Amino acid sequence: MSDTDPPLVEMTGVTKKYSGIVALSNVDFTIRAGEAVCLAGENGSGKSTLIKILAGVEPRNAGDIRFSGVAQGALSPRASADAGVMVIFQDFSLFPNLSVAENIAFSTQLSAQGALYRKAEARRIAAETLKRVGVDISLDARVESLPVVHKQLTAICRALAMDARLIIMDEPTTALTEREVKTLLGIIRRLKADGVAVLFVSHKLAEVLEVCEKVVVLRNGEKVAEGPATEFDSASLTRAMTGRDVAETPPDPLAADAPVLMKVAGLSKDGVFHDIGFDLRAGEVLGVSGLLGSGRTELAKALFGLVAPDTGTITLNGAPIPLGDPLKAAAAGIGYVPEDRLTEGLFLDQSIQRNVAVGRLDAYDRGAMLDLAGLWGEARDWLKKLSVKHSDPEAPVRSLSGGNQQRVVLARWLARGPKVLILNGPSVGVDVGSKSEIHDIIQALAHEGLGVIVISDDLPELLATCHRLLVMKGGRITDEIIGTDTDETDLGHRLAS
Amino acid sequence: MSRTISSRLSSPEARLALIAVLVFVFMAVLSPDRFLSVQNLTSMAFQFPEFAILALAVTVTMLTGGIDLSVVGVSNLSAVVAAMILASIAGETAVGAGAVMWLILSMVVALSIGAVCGLFNGALVAFVGMPPILATLGSGLIFTGIAVALTGGSAVMGFPAAAAWLGNGLVLGVPVPLILFALLAAIVAFIVSRTAFGLKLIMFGANPRAARFAAINVNGLLLRVYMLSGALSAVAGMLVMSRANSAKADYGSSYLLLSILIAVLGGVNPYGGYGKVIGVVLAVLSMQFLSSGLNMLQVSNFARELIWGVLLIFVMLVNSPRAAALLRRERTT
Amino acid sequence: MKNINLARNEVLVALVILAFCAFAALSDPRFLSIPTLTDLLRNGIILGIFSVGAMLVLVSGGIDVSFTAIAAFAMYTTTVFLLEYAPGLPWYVIFAIAMVLGALLGCINGVLIAVFRLPTLIVTLGTLSVFRGFLLTFVGSKMISALPPDMRGFSRMMMVRGTNADGSFYSLPWAFAALVIVVVLTWFILHKTMLGRSIFAIGGSDESARRIGIHVTRVQFFVYVYVGALAGLAGIIHASMSRLANPFDLVGLELSVIAAVVLGGARLAGGYGTLTGTLLGVALIVLVQNSLIVLGIPSTFQSITIGILILVGTGLPAWQAKRAEARAA
Repeated sequence: MSDTDPPLVEMTGVTKKYSGIVALSNVDFTIRAGEAVCLAGENGSGKSTLIKILAGVEPRNAGDIRFSGVAQGALSPRASADAGVMVIFQDFSLFPNLSVAENIAFSTQLSAQGALYRKAEARRIAAETLKRVGVDISLDARVESLPVVHKQLTAICRALAMDARLIIMDEPTTALTEREVKTLLGIIRRLKADGVAVLFVSHKLAEVLEVCEKVVVLRNGEKVAEGPATEFDSASLTRAMTGRDVAETPPDPLAADAPVLMKVAGLSKDGVFHDIGFDLRAGEVLGVSGLLGSGRTELAKALFGLVAPDTGTITLNGAPIPLGDPLKAAAAGIGYVPEDRLTEGLFLDQSIQRNVAVGRLDAYDRGAMLDLAGLWGEARDWLKKLSVKHSDPEAPVRSLSGGNQQRVVLARWLARGPKVLILNGPSVGVDVGSKSEIHDIIQALAHEGLGVIVISDDLPELLATCHRLLVMKGGRITDEIIGTDTDETDLGHRLAS
Repeated sequence: MSRTISSRLSSPEARLALIAVLVFVFMAVLSPDRFLSVQNLTSMAFQFPEFAILALAVTVTMLTGGIDLSVVGVSNLSAVVAAMILASIAGETAVGAGAVMWLILSMVVALSIGAVCGLFNGALVAFVGMPPILATLGSGLIFTGIAVALTGGSAVMGFPAAAAWLGNGLVLGVPVPLILFALLAAIVAFIVSRTAFGLKLIMFGANPRAARFAAINVNGLLLRVYMLSGALSAVAGMLVMSRANSAKADYGSSYLLLSILIAVLGGVNPYGGYGKVIGVVLAVLSMQFLSSGLNMLQVSNFARELIWGVLLIFVMLVNSPRAAALLRRERTT
Repeated sequence: MKNINLARNEVLVALVILAFCAFAALSDPRFLSIPTLTDLLRNGIILGIFSVGAMLVLVSGGIDVSFTAIAAFAMYTTTVFLLEYAPGLPWYVIFAIAMVLGALLGCINGVLIAVFRLPTLIVTLGTLSVFRGFLLTFVGSKMISALPPDMRGFSRMMMVRGTNADGSFYSLPWAFAALVIVVVLTWFILHKTMLGRSIFAIGGSDESARRIGIHVTRVQFFVYVYVGALAGLAGIIHASMSRLANPFDLVGLELSVIAAVVLGGARLAGGYGTLTGTLLGVALIVLVQNSLIVLGIPSTFQSITIGILILVGTGLPAWQAKRAEARAA
């Protein structure tokens, strides 16, 4: 492959409008065989539109697309697939009830147009592609029983089985642990050597920069930056994505006499976490970090009663809290903002104000009947306090942006006047601008004397918000660090080692 | 399938109100003397409350994203037990205060049985984690089976005369079943829109997982929802018993489909999270106007079933975003 | 024994069947005999064909309750048509007519579900009323016992016929072969064709299926048409075997059929279901419906027994799944 060959994909002046609103404006983009490119941008920057156009799912309004130098007319999913453009969506689009072999070979057999399912051939194709990628997954395992990284590899193999020449990966690393990311990057290198091009689409790209040749940044539908990957780091990426410098300031130091609010001792759950103990002081922001699978999310859920520990105690202001009962935990003054906002946090089709008020129904229960005026009034006050941008409190919460949605969940818990607030991944899927605003809210809450626990693997976020950090590994707390004593590199090492 | 079906509708209730009025006007124009006669109107008012109340029972469970397939089983079991009290303890000859007392007692017993059956359903859904369709399919067979075992499969008859009042009586010229239905519909509407329980059950229906994460007492909620459904079914059972002047394990077996049909026709989202009692009331009225109008036109009972089915599918198509999208594409190409 | 997974419905149902037969044999030694077996097989034909269809729908992620109405419609309409116009047709043509009629009605479900994407339970509840109402209003509502001669002839064709040691007769009609053919054909479709794999795929995730280019609409449409044809077949066999075309028959069986299928391990959420499990589920339901009395349980307890079986058979796996989830945190 040389640079004189026409690029695998060449887009020039591609524009896309959705009912008059410009989603992509005059964008040029090229990718060559064996090349890896990062496509970065915040939510709504036009990344997904670009993928959809390349995949032939959405038609473009203007612009040229060439595959290996050949000009393309209107694309269809089939035309893109024939050219070897394969998208691996964030959810992998696999069939949980079918075997690995069948998942890998399904598309191939479909496009062969045969009426019969050839099981032996499916296994052969699957075994070959798995070998090409260099991983060992049982062909007969049901996909639902696989760990996330194996699901992702199965999806990659499916694309390869279809002779993929360009694999587009949508948010490939969000669900992976650091070690799994390393595995993935190893495989990407192998694919590149094989002449396959890879396009990473993400708003969290620092981890994949090392395998990429090029970075392209979109903002508001326009290409705002492009250059060799070596010229970017996470700070400059953020700047390009948001168009401004987002300076994170570390939190104000905690008062030396701040009283202990919550005490956790000897908390264990077989096979999940062991002998967890810590104190949380009033006004303190405590970070809990660890890779996925370290037990951090389970610990967070256990503190809120969603997971029942086998042994241990949790006390709040000296009073013990029954384990494994979210109702009692909430009544005692613990709040929990879940990681997966869309499935665990929000009632998407319900109104914004209902999503806030759902936490206060019992408080406004006047015997037989709800004080609706009071309930909605309070919900609207909280929306204002957290400056949730909305047109109508009765509009479905689905209509809000990620950052505003997260504030709605926060408002629900703050309305209950909690003593301790547990935030699991407070800025996952939130654009960079809203992220720092959410960090400001966390600091303000701590100032008011709340104890805040932030569970995250976003190191800059932890450094910007936390007084103290606990590092979890294999279900145990392995490290305790004062926030000012560390930096991103040091913390990264402590997490991974 | 998407949960957004209902959210995209401007207002299914408005459409239903239109349908109800159109059907009424159509029937009134077609056969003014008979359809608008006092006799027809009262006879309608005696007919529909029993299945309308069952539809309310199905509605509350559907709001949580569940369903109650045991409503007819519960109503027959409650009615059979009540009937046994009335027939063998009170006896046909009981009159006056004694008879009224027995009637009240039998109603209390029927309601308690309904609530206990509902509690059982709720426990299967909440604690065992069964899908509501299967839980209530199985429990419905058991409830029916108990009623069969109690009666040997035959009808229980011979009530005191007072028992007939419930299904056939008039208060100020208004049929008792109608009053009962209006009362229950108002209560359910109040529960759904004005109480913490009601709002929680809608939120649960919209996203059960988020409800748990929002510290809603999910299990308690499910128990209460199915108990409410069971109690409503028991009331319907008492009405059927009183009107038929007997109780039997397999009465009203066509009411199950009918009540689900009415709930869905009334705009209740079968996936949970959306539904209004007023919609269900309008759906009941449309169905009743339609079927008694057809009755008047000498259309057979079977044709009614046909028309109900057509109406249901028609309304679903009208409310379906997909159908609208297909139609639009048709027009533009 | 350690490898036997009690959470698997097939195993659970098979064990219950074995226990049932063991107890039945203890209380009445005559239970374990060829006549009992042929009776059970005969009684399982209609339920079996229905269940195979219902299983297919569950695997595809839907649910169908209208197939009994399709069966009654196809069976009765075919009979009326034949008596009027062509009473002398051979049985296989009669069956083909009924299956085509069933498939046509299945098309209606298919259009509503596959094209308009309406929720399957509600659609089929609606079409159940429509098919039944149409049949009884426009085709007829009287029972017909004077069936076309070849339908009666078919019911007399026996695969196996014999006399037991105690002098009682037993026989198994050729109609049973129809169930066998349906099972084999369905097995072939489900496991050996891309269509069948696509049905599983759609049941697993219809969104993923769309993305990799499965024609979801077409596959779903096929499912409902196929189920319609099976229902038509079951209907006409039912009429032949009972030597009566009763338009009120069959409707009401749908929940028992679904009960048999879920007992056999098919999941309401779609993507899972086996023919073995389904047939075991059918066997159990048929046993309970026909042989409860052998265990000394009066037949009035039939519906309680089936209800308990459904609750245990579907409740146990549900409960285990719930506990496993709590353990895994």
